[in-house]
Amino acid sequence: MIEYALNFGFCALSLAVLLNLWRLVRGPALMDRVLAVDTMVINIIALIILFGIQQRTTIFFEAALLFAMFGFIATVAYCRFVLRGDVIE
Amino acid sequence: MTFLLELVVSVLIVLGALFALVGSIGMVKLPELLTRLHAPTKATTLGVGGALAASMVFFAGLEGELSIHELLITTFLFLTAPISAHFIAKAHLHEHPELRDGLPPTGRPQGWSTFESLPAADADDEGDGDDARAAHH
Repeated sequence: MIEYALNFGFCALSLAVLLNLWRLVRGPALMDRVLAVDTMVINIIALIILFGIQQRTTIFFEAALLFAMFGFIATVAYCRFVLRGDVIE
Repeated sequence: MTFLLELVVSVLIVLGALFALVGSIGMVKLPELLTRLHAPTKATTLGVGGALAASMVFFAGLEGELSIHELLITTFLFLTAPISAHFIAKAHLHEHPELRDGLPPTGRPQGWSTFESLPAADADDEGDGDDARAAHH
C-alpha cells in the first residue's frame, strides 16, 4: 500500500516541480522567478523525503536539511540584493 | 497494527503530495505576484509537512528507528516560509512603486513600515523614505 502512495506522491510532486519550472520560465515579474525557485526547493525536499522512504534509509535527511537551509538563504539573499543593492552591508 | 501504520503513512504521503500539487497549481493559476505568493507559502509548506510526518511515522513505527531529523526540517521550514514570503512581497513592492497607491491608510502619522524610515527619523521630514529610496536607485 505504501508503494502505491509513494508512486502517487512521486507523480504529484514531479508535476508540481514542472509547474514551478513553468512559472520560473514565464515570470513575468522578477520576484515571480524567486518565488518559483523557493517553491521548487520545498517540493524537491518532499521528493527527497519520499525517496528516503522508498529506499528505507535515513541517510537522505541531511540532504533535505541542507536543501532547506540553502533554499531559504538563497531567497533571502536575492531579496536583500533587490531591496538594498547589496547582500551584506 | 502494521496495517494501521501503513495506512497512516500512505494517507499522510497522499495528503502531503496533494497539498504540494495544489500550492504549485495555485502559483501558476493566480493572476499576479501578491496573490501568487499566497499559494506556495501555505499549501506547499503543509505538503512538505505531510511528507515529513509520513517519514517520521514510517521510520519510528515500521522500521523501529526513531529519528528527529524530520522535526528539525519541519520546524525550519515552518519558521522560514513566512520570512521568505515577507521578503519577496517587500522586494516586489520595492520594484513596483505604482502598487503603493492602492494601500489603505495606516491611521498613524507615519506610513507603512515597508516604505518609511523609523518614526523618530520621520518626524521632522515627511516622506523621507521614498526620496531616500529614489536616490538610492
